[in-house]
Amino acid sequence: MAVTGPIETSLLFGRLTWAAIPTDPIILATFAVVALGGGALFALLTYYRLWGYLWTEWFTSVDHKKIGIMYMILGLVMFVRGFADAIMMRLQQVLAFGGSEGYLNSHHYDQVFTAHGVIMIFFVAMPFVTGLMNYIVPLQIGARDVSFPFLNNFSFWMTVGGAVIIMASLFLGEFAQTGWLAFPPLSGIGESPYVGVDYYIWGLQVAGVGTTLSGINLLVTIIKMRAPGMTMMRMPVFTWTALCTNVLIVASFPVLTVTLALLTLDRYVGTNFFTADLGGNAMMYVNLIWIWGHPEVYILILPIFGVFSEIAATFSGKRLFGYTSMVYATVCITILSYVVWLHHFFTMGSGASVNSFFGITTMVISIPTGAKLFNWIFTIYQGRVRYDLPMMWLMAFMLTFVVGGMTGVLLAVPPADFVLHNSLFLIAHFHNVIIGGVVFGTFAAINFWWPKAFGYRLDVFWGKVSFWFWVVGFWFAFMPLYVLGLMGVTRRVRVFDDPDLQIWFAIAALGAVMIAVGIAAMFVQFGVSIWRRKALADVTGDPWDGRTLEWATSSPPPAYNFAFTPVVHGIDAFAEMKEAGVPRPTSGFLPIHMPRNTGAGVVIAGLATICGMALVWYVWWLAAASFLALIGAAIAHTFNYNRDYHIPADQVAAVEDARTRRLEA
Amino acid sequence: MADLSSQDLTARYYELEPHHHPEGASTGLGFWVYLMSDCLMFAVLFAAYAVLGNAYAAGPGPKDLFDLNLVAINTGLLLVSSITFGFGMLGAYRGDQGATLRWLGVTLVFGLSFLGVEIYEFAHLIHEGAGPWRSAFLSSFFALVGTHGLHVAFGCLWLVVLAVQIKARGLVPANLRRLACLSMFWHFLDVVWIGVFTFVYLIKMI
Amino acid sequence: MPFKLRWFGLLALSLALMGCKSEVLDPAGPIATEQRDLLISSTLLMLVIILPVMVLIGWFGWQFRAGNKGAVYRPNWDHSTKLELVIWAAPLFIIISLGALTWVGTHLTDPYRPLAQDGRGQSLEGVEPLTVQVVALDWKWLFILPEEGVASVNELSVPVGRPVRFELTSDSVMNAFYIPAMAGMIYAMPGMQTELNGLFDHEGTFQGLASHYSGAGFSKMRFKVHAVDDAGFDAWVNAARDDETLDRAAYLQLAQKSEGDAPRQFGAVEQGLFARAVNLCVEEGKMCQAEMMALDMKGGTGVATPLALLDDRPFVTGACSIDELTAATLPRLTALPVMTPLRGHGLTAPGTPRDVAGLPLPPSDL
Repeated sequence: MAVTGPIETSLLFGRLTWAAIPTDPIILATFAVVALGGGALFALLTYYRLWGYLWTEWFTSVDHKKIGIMYMILGLVMFVRGFADAIMMRLQQVLAFGGSEGYLNSHHYDQVFTAHGVIMIFFVAMPFVTGLMNYIVPLQIGARDVSFPFLNNFSFWMTVGGAVIIMASLFLGEFAQTGWLAFPPLSGIGESPYVGVDYYIWGLQVAGVGTTLSGINLLVTIIKMRAPGMTMMRMPVFTWTALCTNVLIVASFPVLTVTLALLTLDRYVGTNFFTADLGGNAMMYVNLIWIWGHPEVYILILPIFGVFSEIAATFSGKRLFGYTSMVYATVCITILSYVVWLHHFFTMGSGASVNSFFGITTMVISIPTGAKLFNWIFTIYQGRVRYDLPMMWLMAFMLTFVVGGMTGVLLAVPPADFVLHNSLFLIAHFHNVIIGGVVFGTFAAINFWWPKAFGYRLDVFWGKVSFWFWVVGFWFAFMPLYVLGLMGVTRRVRVFDDPDLQIWFAIAALGAVMIAVGIAAMFVQFGVSIWRRKALADVTGDPWDGRTLEWATSSPPPAYNFAFTPVVHGIDAFAEMKEAGVPRPTSGFLPIHMPRNTGAGVVIAGLATICGMALVWYVWWLAAASFLALIGAAIAHTFNYNRDYHIPADQVAAVEDARTRRLEA
Repeated sequence: MADLSSQDLTARYYELEPHHHPEGASTGLGFWVYLMSDCLMFAVLFAAYAVLGNAYAAGPGPKDLFDLNLVAINTGLLLVSSITFGFGMLGAYRGDQGATLRWLGVTLVFGLSFLGVEIYEFAHLIHEGAGPWRSAFLSSFFALVGTHGLHVAFGCLWLVVLAVQIKARGLVPANLRRLACLSMFWHFLDVVWIGVFTFVYLIKMI
Repeated sequence: MPFKLRWFGLLALSLALMGCKSEVLDPAGPIATEQRDLLISSTLLMLVIILPVMVLIGWFGWQFRAGNKGAVYRPNWDHSTKLELVIWAAPLFIIISLGALTWVGTHLTDPYRPLAQDGRGQSLEGVEPLTVQVVALDWKWLFILPEEGVASVNELSVPVGRPVRFELTSDSVMNAFYIPAMAGMIYAMPGMQTELNGLFDHEGTFQGLASHYSGAGFSKMRFKVHAVDDAGFDAWVNAARDDETLDRAAYLQLAQKSEGDAPRQFGAVEQGLFARAVNLCVEEGKMCQAEMMALDMKGGTGVATPLALLDDRPFVTGACSIDELTAATLPRLTALPVMTPLRGHGLTAPGTPRDVAGLPLPPSDL
């Protein structure tokens, strides 16, 4: 239950008491499942003695490919959690009619929708796009790793640390009941005195450090590490969108960090940034958080535009139509994403001129976005389209995304927003672009690059099952929300009076069930593919007739990516090499200079996580101790000057010769 | 014929010769990008101060609280520390380890003096009852100036660590790189302080 | 435009036949009608480009499938200046049109703008709007009618055809006030005052709600608004006369957190209560925000007066008489920009006469 009244604190445990353990049967059951599952996993890993392998080969790895894969796994795991929240909301909203309170009380329900938003954005969508960029970008630009490999490992573990903090709130205390952006005064200490908002703050701050550092890392990688000959205007479009995304990350996440820091000061120190009584201004929080929040939307979608550009060209067997205009469209969107934040709160009462300005700047973004869409369409035009799974996702994306784009522009018209703001129409809109865009795009990318990462394709049958349940389920789940929005139904509502609404919620719930089947089918697809990996194997390293450099190396690529750095002479570097019939070099290998693995990232991020948890629970001694340990560990790491090694030439030759034999077989 | 042309092709599309990638070539740019993101954090704090800087909550305002003489001394300390760091860098580029360490030491003294004056100022304000919780103006003042102070404190810590590393390993390329980063960091804090001095203190006192 | 609107009217009708009470598509006031019309015309404007795009996706996707060996295949075709011009220009033109519509429409339906005419095109000049002061409490709506001197909770009656000016604030957290059939929504925030102008064209009972999540009891923060004739309105006001008085003590009692409160009325309201709510000084001994701002304008008080505590929250002490408060507050209330009724080109002004189906009649005086 919600904690009310003064909160006892002790020196040793802060405000952590036995009362912090939830008694809600739903949460207890979840805990039992997680504990059993986690215990079984732990036992299996121990039984097969995999801990050492995981530690040396994965957790401490600075290999961008392994880190990319770990990001994707983190995203998938958190996706299951976020989706469980979604199903709970759908069920509550379909039940709570005619005087029924449903099965969730407000304390629980309000945590569920807050957690759903926070998890889906920060711990699903962000790991997905970061994972994709991590895996693909260095390969596409012909590099052997990112600019700062240790930092990459550290960023990943900070993201994990944030996820751990958020997940801990499920079984220890509570999560925020504020909505995913935690507007004050509701998120202030007066209205939310217990640990919920603190979990939110520290989870996001720990993960946010990781995101910012990863943004700097990839930005510098793209600028500094490109293969010889790869000028900016020869970069693959995915790399371009990754560049713009990382510019956005570097230029927006610091705003989130400070905004949350100010909220933290209000809560912990008693400052008055966003309180009302002593001169603070809660509207400043709303502005600041959306100054981060809007670019964040493009941080998620831009890489996906890149993914689909690669897929459109590859599966149409054709050069991408309008490369230059695609690049400029991406840059336009990047810049424009900073001048539209106010459209998230037209109804706050700014004047008509201010609202119109931000409404029109928002609409202007649809011009480059529209141009991108046309470029994909004309890439298909006069192509030879192969409908493999990635291409199917592209078609579903285009048809879905235009509808989401249209409703988005509609919401940018302030008078329309005055009746649709905060309504289920808005919910339907952003799920339409985030699921139709980011989620579909991620699945397209997984199907597209899985053979590269693991050396075998994904099973097509289960992929199609997943695809159809997802796409149809999506329309069933969200079209009713558009209708409900037009009926004046707003978001985050737990119980309803009007019985006419129930049928629409029932349809939406049906859609959510279909999506659940789609998700299950996807996991079956992974399982079946791993099981049948011999049959699905791809020895060429280029299963789709790819066009960019990642397809030039083996699948999975060796640790060093390329035995010899490719030299680029145009767009679609690998397609050009294939056309020219360039033989792969098979001799004269040289030692390769590579970064060394280190456990420092895990240690420092682990200490940051402990520090975050200690701050949530007011365990001041532990917070101080873990912070000092963190600084100490970071300093100790700087005394390590031995961070790289050479892969000997004969070892490179052995790996490459093995590939030569596979290709000849 | 065919063999030759395929060799040529391979040579055209692959970098077959040993190629030396200078170590740490990305570090300068990476650190610069980090500084820009840090700059954005300060920008938000400046913005908060601009929004809340007049909300005294019927309490004391800048004219009641700020001591420009103290701030002028502090500004002087920090500006001079930038110059002394510059001398340290010159020493490092000459390969003169002793001079580098001496100038770093001087810089540290200035940095710590700056922090001392700032801590004195903060303690004095809090003692007067003008702590960060008293009004939104004071909240934003403490947050902005305090964040800058934290950066200087971190810079001092870094300086000490780096001095130990230079002492231990000499002016090796890795240390020169770190020194260049710290120097950028230090000058950046100087630039931010000029903003703080102007927009937080000076403008409010006129 | 009328043709398109009729077309969409059919859609709205079919939705209605399916059992939806779509208050957004079937509004009862000129502002909401204007908002609905803009929603529809923007949608149609965008469909001009969205529909062809969707057709192209399907058509090209089918035509150029790998199995169709008869289709042209040009693997190296990747640029066409003419096509590029079209694909950038077509959305641009749509956005220019939509932008113009947005600019005009946003000004026309600005919540701060007093209404110039009602839904039948009658000028409202000289008609004094009904002032309703709204306070978002945890978790119920308080309505104060200062001229009538009554107040109500979770229920409101307003006379049909008379413009209503809502002045809004919040007692604790951010909220939004929304009567879908009347005039869109507006935030209600503590220590701030926002405003919303609207009018009901015909009688009926409509839903009102909180549309910005505000905590545990948010879902039940709903109310009915009755649009009634003048006699009905007077009856509603008079029915409250015998009920208790809403003074500061009663307000603080009412402001305690509660969920799903039944509608109730107050027979009298302490003078200046709403101003105190806006200024966060309903509690005895708390300094009003207006006074605080006036002091801050002079550079503060110069001394760090110790703060008092109320429920662990610090505040500045001060005693402000209601006259002082009114004097300090008034400039803020009247300093709204002067807004003359706009006549948008290509757009019907709110309150344009409409036919029986609720669609605008051709303008006669523009």
